[in-house]
Amino acid sequence: MSVRHLYVHLPFCAHRCGYCDFVTATGRDHMHGAYVDALLRELAEEHDSGAVDTIFLGGGTPTYTALPELLRLLRALPPADELTVEANPETVSPELARELRSAGVNRVSLGAQTFQPHLLRVLERRATPRDVERAFGHLREAGFDNLSLDLIYGIPGQTPEHLAADLERAVALGPEHISAYELEAKPGTRFTIAHGRELERQAEQMEDYFERVVTALTAAGYRWYETANFCRDGKRAEHNLAYWLGRDYLGIGVGAVSTLGSERRRNTPKIAQYLQGDYDREIELLDDDTRSRERVMLGLRLDEPLAVDGLRSALDADGLAHAERLGLAVDRGETLALTRRGRFLGGGVTAEILA
Amino acid sequence: MDQSHIRNFSIIAHIDHGKSTLADRILELTEAVSAREMREQVLDSMELERERGITIKAQAVRVSWRGHELNLIDTPGHVDFTYEVSRSLQACEGALLVVDAAQGIEAQTLANAYLAIENGLEIVPVANKIDLPAADPVGTAVEVADLLGDDPTHVLRISAKTGDGIAEVLDAIVERVPPPGGDLESPARALVFDSSYDQYRGVVAFVRVVDGSFSTREALRTMATDTRFDAEELGFFSPAMTPVERLAAGEVGYVVTGLKDVSRLRVGDTLTSVRQPAEEALPGYKDVKPMVFAGLFPTDSDDYPELRDALERLKLNDAALMYEAETSQALGFGFRCGFLGLLHMEIVRERLEREFDLDLLVTAPNVAYRVLEKNGDWLEVHNPSDFPREVEEVEEPYVTASIIVPKEHVGAVMELNNDRRGTFGRLEYLSPERVHLVHELPLAEIVLDYYDQLKSRTRGYASFDYDLAGFKPGDLARVDVLVGGEPVDALSLIVHRSLAYDRGRALVEKLREEIPRQMFDIPIQAAIGSRVISRETVKAKRKDVLAKCYGGDISRKRKLLEKQKAGKKRMKQVGAVEVPQEAFLAVLNIGQGQKS
Repeated sequence: MSVRHLYVHLPFCAHRCGYCDFVTATGRDHMHGAYVDALLRELAEEHDSGAVDTIFLGGGTPTYTALPELLRLLRALPPADELTVEANPETVSPELARELRSAGVNRVSLGAQTFQPHLLRVLERRATPRDVERAFGHLREAGFDNLSLDLIYGIPGQTPEHLAADLERAVALGPEHISAYELEAKPGTRFTIAHGRELERQAEQMEDYFERVVTALTAAGYRWYETANFCRDGKRAEHNLAYWLGRDYLGIGVGAVSTLGSERRRNTPKIAQYLQGDYDREIELLDDDTRSRERVMLGLRLDEPLAVDGLRSALDADGLAHAERLGLAVDRGETLALTRRGRFLGGGVTAEILA
Repeated sequence: MDQSHIRNFSIIAHIDHGKSTLADRILELTEAVSAREMREQVLDSMELERERGITIKAQAVRVSWRGHELNLIDTPGHVDFTYEVSRSLQACEGALLVVDAAQGIEAQTLANAYLAIENGLEIVPVANKIDLPAADPVGTAVEVADLLGDDPTHVLRISAKTGDGIAEVLDAIVERVPPPGGDLESPARALVFDSSYDQYRGVVAFVRVVDGSFSTREALRTMATDTRFDAEELGFFSPAMTPVERLAAGEVGYVVTGLKDVSRLRVGDTLTSVRQPAEEALPGYKDVKPMVFAGLFPTDSDDYPELRDALERLKLNDAALMYEAETSQALGFGFRCGFLGLLHMEIVRERLEREFDLDLLVTAPNVAYRVLEKNGDWLEVHNPSDFPREVEEVEEPYVTASIIVPKEHVGAVMELNNDRRGTFGRLEYLSPERVHLVHELPLAEIVLDYYDQLKSRTRGYASFDYDLAGFKPGDLARVDVLVGGEPVDALSLIVHRSLAYDRGRALVEKLREEIPRQMFDIPIQAAIGSRVISRETVKAKRKDVLAKCYGGDISRKRKLLEKQKAGKKRMKQVGAVEVPQEAFLAVLNIGQGQKS
């Protein structure tokens, strides 16, 4: 099987942040080697070693993985035009930066989240604002010309001034790419139990944070190319773009998801099981109709109009007309796009437009 | 049994003053049922009645006491059924007036006692619950005796709970209540004082034979509605159904009619023989008309056929229930139902939900209006959305409200009645502590939360009863509620002009809280005609996005959107605005619970 996009999941972390809902593992440092072995085994089973367009190493904290093991993994991966590694600022040393670079990594996504120390504590992040700037410097010195910063907004206690300061400091660092996510307080998580009430109290005040993010970043010259993603100089996250364009992708590692033709599958989230080569995959069959609806759902996240050809059956004509009347969407026949306000309301508009 | 050994009586008592317990003790003592067999409170047959402590349908039980045949005729205990009560009382020669010795007389008891006196019944007063530490048998006896112009020593003092004094009660019935009159030789006449529907045997009539006699299989007819049937079975309750060949003047019993529709055999009608008919019907028959109306809609529109069937079946048992199909753009298909009063409405609603397992949305109740249109025609309106926007004149039903309270709460009651457009009628002291107040009030003002307000403003001490007192002109206006510029028919209401602003504002504010924010501003307005009297806005959402969406998130996000989409489809559409059914529900609930 030959896919163009490969996702590799590295679950290890020093600490699990309260708001995190990814498959992560702490206190399993002795397993790094075995885990990389297992990844390479799954890769060999699923991929023919031919070159791909993009590879993304996500986590967890990929850069928390013992460096020799991480490098062994990177060197075994197929060649790719874009090879991204996620990193936590406190893990980025000059050495790590150099080693990643020499192992073929050409893009690093740095989890900054916020530059306010007290808000970092709320998020249970271990990095300091200083760590972010230092890591950024090391990566630049190692020759990286495609860096992304992750920001989180809507943190309990975050004022509009904090948000403005975060955006200003992020822009000042000059990353090619910025992802800005609203904090999702998932019901039942440790985080929501601790902060849910405060978030509810602040909900009204935070309602325009999304607009503030978009306004500040576009004013600073970034392109708002996806709901939560901004780039300069055309440097979109090519790997993620593949998701949004509805392309197939192979995901390897614990809990990793692949979409291959009419099949979507998820590996077991249990490390012990995965290490034994038992993927215990949960399989979802995607009929044409479902894939079409996903194409619309994902495509409308982008700033480029969605080519509607072949997707009409996934659209609700009445809903679409309604969205147009409200000035939220523009149907040009061959393409469909959301207006600026439509993009702020993207979830609701998509629910309206989808059949 | 010859008439001189028959006694027909009923028990008048306020809820919880011990009517059912007394009835049970009487059955026990006369060995109509053994204590072991007896479920408590045999007479209240419906589950609902048990729970609410009220009796909906009258029944009659025959017992023997010292060579006499005693017929205990049960009466409904609530104001909505005054007419049925009056028919039940008409079937008796005497009544036990039971008063809780710890509580004293309540408004309802008073109303029914007056009704009994008007019907010429011999009243046997009873102070019950004398075993309670808080009981004041002497004071209660004085209060009751005052009311009846009787001697306090004639007031029996009993405890139905302990059984103390029950034999004396039965003796007093035999001694004080006169035997029935009536001519055995005249053409047969019987008063239908109640009926019920049995799915196998059809309508069963409860009758008091006044003249002549009836035999099994005889051809019978009703004199007011001219319904004809054969008496399939005659009998009495002991309390089990006990067939007999003949029911004669003075006796109380049942007639199995085989009729399939209870509305063909109306309470208050006179039964006679087809072969040898009586010339004159017994007096007092009335065609009772519903005065309180509400829309009943299934929460799930798929349940409409079930609701229709359920109403049909209830109607078999409840001649006073009226309904017609109604279509609301906001609530879908349902029925506009007419009730005798609020309790009747509550009972119907609960029976529909409990016995038929239906989830219902009930609109705020309104009363019947008489409207003089511009063209000079009078129109009766049962639904605010049918109320013409331009009218010449409007009349609304009034009631005479009778309230008994401890004297320190008189001010609070006066104030409430003033707020509710009441007119003071009279005030009398029942005892140095307790006052009987009479006001005239528009029925519309008591169908909302009047009783709750009365209770809360008098710390629960007030008791209340009312009687319809005809139609009177009123300065009434129709208030419409508009959501996103579209009128919502189910929320229209008719109110007195002086209250229109407050009611409109309350509705609009509640709707603003209940309607979820959408992708555009939603104005919510209350208007009289084209004049907006209140306005709120549900502000448009500023963001609605699924934050992160990568390879591992797609299925979950898609399902989330599908759920959102399905949720949209379940919403009621008012123009472009999606309104969750719960919003209507919440608004209709405040309609019933709001402060005026």
